[in-house]
Amino acid sequence: MKQKDYHCENGGATKTELEEAREREATASPASGSSMMTSAGRASSSNARRTAEPPVKSRPPFPWFGLDIGGTLVKLVYFEPKDITAEEEQEEVENLKSIRKYLTSNVAYGSTGIRDVHLELKELTLCGRTGNLHFIRFPTQDMHAFLQMVRQKHFSSLHTTLCATGGGAYKFEPDFRMMANLQLLKLDELDCLVRGILYIDSVKSNGPSECYYFENPSDPEHCIQKPYRLENPYPLLLVNIGSGVSILAVYSEDNYRRVTGTSLGGGTFLGLCCLLTGCSTFEEALDMASRGESTRVDKLVRDIYGGDYERFGLPGWAVASSFGNMMCKAKQESVSKEDLARATLVTITNNIGSITRMCALNENIERVVFVGNFLRVNTLSMKLLAYAMEYWSKGQLKALFLQHEGYFGAVGALLELLNPST
Amino acid sequence: MADCARKGRTRDSMDKSITLPPDEIFRNLENAKRFAIDIGGSLTKLAYYSTVQHKVAKVRSFDHTAKETEGDPLYEISVQEEITARLHFIKFENTYIETCLDFIKDHLVNTETKVIKATGGGAYKFKELIEKKLRLKVDKEDEMTCLIKGCNFVLRNIPHEAFVYAKHADSEFRFQNTHPDIFPYLLINIGSGVSIVKVESEDKFERIGGSSIGGGTFWGLGALLTKTKRFDELLQLASRGQHSSVDMLVKDIYGGAYSSLGLTGDLIASSFGKSATTDKEFSKEDMAKSLLHMISNDIGQLACLYARLHNLSRVYFGGFFIRGHPVTMHTITYSINFFTKGEVQALFLRHEGYLGAIGAFLKGAEEDNPNQYSWGENYAGSSGLMSVSPDLNPMQRARSGTFDMLEMDRLERQLVNLPLLQDPSSYVPDTVDLTEDALAREYWLSCFEDALDGVVKRAVASQPDLPQAAERAEKFRQKYLHKLQTLRHQPFAYGSLTVRSLLDTREHCLNEFNFPDPYSKVKQKENDVALKYFQKVVMSLEKLSWEQRQFALVKGLLAGNVFDWGAKRPWLVDCYNEWLERLKGPPHKCALFFVDNSGIDIILGVFPFVRELLCRGTEVVLASNSGPALNDVTNSELQILTERIAAMDSVIQTALKEDKLTLVQSGSSSPCLDLSRLDKALATVVLERHTDLVVIEGMGRAIHTNYYAMLNCESLKLAVIKNSWLAERLGGKIFSVVFKYEVPFKSQELKQ
Repeated sequence: MKQKDYHCENGGATKTELEEAREREATASPASGSSMMTSAGRASSSNARRTAEPPVKSRPPFPWFGLDIGGTLVKLVYFEPKDITAEEEQEEVENLKSIRKYLTSNVAYGSTGIRDVHLELKELTLCGRTGNLHFIRFPTQDMHAFLQMVRQKHFSSLHTTLCATGGGAYKFEPDFRMMANLQLLKLDELDCLVRGILYIDSVKSNGPSECYYFENPSDPEHCIQKPYRLENPYPLLLVNIGSGVSILAVYSEDNYRRVTGTSLGGGTFLGLCCLLTGCSTFEEALDMASRGESTRVDKLVRDIYGGDYERFGLPGWAVASSFGNMMCKAKQESVSKEDLARATLVTITNNIGSITRMCALNENIERVVFVGNFLRVNTLSMKLLAYAMEYWSKGQLKALFLQHEGYFGAVGALLELLNPST
Repeated sequence: MADCARKGRTRDSMDKSITLPPDEIFRNLENAKRFAIDIGGSLTKLAYYSTVQHKVAKVRSFDHTAKETEGDPLYEISVQEEITARLHFIKFENTYIETCLDFIKDHLVNTETKVIKATGGGAYKFKELIEKKLRLKVDKEDEMTCLIKGCNFVLRNIPHEAFVYAKHADSEFRFQNTHPDIFPYLLINIGSGVSIVKVESEDKFERIGGSSIGGGTFWGLGALLTKTKRFDELLQLASRGQHSSVDMLVKDIYGGAYSSLGLTGDLIASSFGKSATTDKEFSKEDMAKSLLHMISNDIGQLACLYARLHNLSRVYFGGFFIRGHPVTMHTITYSINFFTKGEVQALFLRHEGYLGAIGAFLKGAEEDNPNQYSWGENYAGSSGLMSVSPDLNPMQRARSGTFDMLEMDRLERQLVNLPLLQDPSSYVPDTVDLTEDALAREYWLSCFEDALDGVVKRAVASQPDLPQAAERAEKFRQKYLHKLQTLRHQPFAYGSLTVRSLLDTREHCLNEFNFPDPYSKVKQKENDVALKYFQKVVMSLEKLSWEQRQFALVKGLLAGNVFDWGAKRPWLVDCYNEWLERLKGPPHKCALFFVDNSGIDIILGVFPFVRELLCRGTEVVLASNSGPALNDVTNSELQILTERIAAMDSVIQTALKEDKLTLVQSGSSSPCLDLSRLDKALATVVLERHTDLVVIEGMGRAIHTNYYAMLNCESLKLAVIKNSWLAERLGGKIFSVVFKYEVPFKSQELKQ
């Protein structure tokens, strides 16, 4: 079970501010409350909470952060209150102000931290406060530099609780304590993920759509991104592609299960690309891939059979053997780094596609949502996945994507701070 | 995906310099026909059908209507030539293909052959060469169809074909019983890509899926990463590497396990996840290992997903990625265990490399209808599992090239299960698996080695008038000794090693050098002598009281009435009282009796016992070997003996006349007994006569095999243990008696 360091002082019979706010706005669909996003085991406590909500004054002090420390990237969401009264402004301690100013006035932090400005959610009402939600990321390998900064900014003086999820919440917990004098509230990453997705989708239901799909994925000329309304989304297969891949079957807001996972994920793409091409960043690898041609590296069905393998309904263009041409020395010499990057991307993406498709069949689910930072600025993979889902399922499966692809875990962690599920 | 890697590696020039011992490899070419060839990326598999002329011992009854003279033998033995069908499969490196084709052309006599069936990626590449050299038309067959046909054939005809691989167990190979129904199953063929095929019946199969991440990915990507060209070398690298320096493990992310999901710290979270950096060098070994895990896990996962979707539990793996490589068998097994939590076992095949060639051959031989026959693996002519494995025996590979052979004999009869087996799918004939029992293995291998001189002597003595008997016997000695040595190092070579397989291998080797029946003369003499005492024995039994007689009959079965073995009770295993009680009850409807030795045993032991059963009103079916093995009585000998006994004994005579006593052949030529491979006619008789008692006698049939066999009718298993080591193992001394009377649970209940 989840470790629980933080809790509101007492449990009253009122609704959370969040829910009140929602009701005021009258935007929330019945299925979209953030407090409901819990795993099956916690369903009862979640139900109990609806009738015994904490009082308004349980709202935690600023700053509000949610942290997701993955294998490759750390994702940080920060809620910047915009409705700060003059009184509050006066009371706001210097340290808090400086953190707020630092985060909101920059788009890059250090050499590797980046704020995804295009994802920022403006004028969001959260826990009765209105403000902007910022999305920031930096490589996990820079965790110690981050902790240095946290110490310099005297974060610990703010007496806030830092909600963190992802494996790093466990791995770096001692470092947080020792280097920054901070106690982490560790949260399960899949709980946070599911909770985050359903929340973001709900708050964006009247703005630009969070969820989208590709129309005509088989036709590059006419393949266009289209908004998709994720209302009544269950059952749904959720594929989270980070360094590795987790596949969850989500049957209702509080009933989900990790079906399987694969170690061939974003980390594999980048790791292999680094070894094969000497590149060093995800962006570089993707850029190369966009300029390469995988069919020189892969052996296709038509390379073997001269065309389609009709007996088994395999089209000639299908990949028979990823990297299959590289068994041959002469062909090795004729491919470019770009070709290799492209082949790596296609291999990893198609493999995730086929495992996903098999899971969808086994679980009897027709809707698949792909998330995770592997898909960031990676339209190539998204279109491939969209196409693979449609083609191999003969139109039965629909691949869906979300704008905030990699940040849902961090959002879920933030929600836990504001509205603990236990 | 199809095995397209096969085009991948061929050397630019053919190696013509090698000197083959081809007459030992391409055997029986004179009569060869129906050639088929499967050319892969590195190995060629050739198949053909041939007839083998070999000597068989025939017995023929003299005309006994003429007046008998003292000293005339009971019957005459003649060694005759017999022609039997044999399938030859040879596997060799593509390098040798031209040399091999030349050799075949030179030795091919049969000119009827016009076509050679071909499959595999290399079939296109070598088409012209084959057509030019052999002057045969190359007829291409679909690869997958051949593969499935071949797979069905080996699963049906070769016991212990499939095995589970357990790297860290005492015995790495755990052979599976042949399930009476081989369908449905899943075949995962890992060539350059992966094909997942669901096989539902002989003619119905479907490619239900596949993956492009296969052997070609390991090879291609591995070549790029490590600058290593050869597939074998890549595997070698992988077997020495540590993947944890390249892979991101769960503990690298979590600092430990992700326990709420049950993911251990050592689990790979992201393959190559640690190599996403430019400031570190990774060793070739580590990268190769990481790649191997990545691909094996991925294939295993997909296999499990397909197996679950189609609700299949038998999953066989094949293709060049697997073929004979302990490294990949281990990683695939690990992956399947992980993803199915042990519910599905990864199965591998001993003759996996031959499937395509066998299938192509079967396509070409459809008019001979090979599927209507049963076939048996010839241990003398087959190389056995991993005979050329580079991992296991690098020396051998360097010395003899990589010629690997499989020979299968067409059996005269179609073989089926004994219908009385309680659970055919779990029936294991052999009592001790020497593959797993190292102590027993050591004992029996030495035992057979020590006995070899005697066998050689006996073989020579059996053919005083035939040419080169001594030379042939010496060749036999060499061959069998070599087999024993191989088995010492690779006990898994022919499936589970058992006393039965050791005995059968010896018989196959004897036949190979034209010693079809070394005991023929001994048997003849013993039968002759014993017959003279038959009436005396019967008369003395008649004089005994009923109870005394029953005991004497059992003693006779145990020791042919001659020695005093087993006189003292209680025996080592003693169910005699229960048996006696049973005899006081109603007679059995029909008893099936698996007989053992010639001479005293059959004539003075079995026949009086049978006579008593007949008198009680029980019909009797006597099952004897179809072919010779040691001094066991064969069906043709037993027919003559029965005639002779009938002439002396009215009970037997009447029973024969009224069809109450029937002789059938077992379909076997082994001193042991496999109740799952018996003559179909025997099975029919057993059912027709409502057999309710099975008697199995002798060490080979009742101790080495079938000691634990569960039947759904009453059974007697009896033997004198004539081997002190075995007796001690069973807790007794030499000449201990086993008298096991078993009643299946159900009929016991009914009685109460």
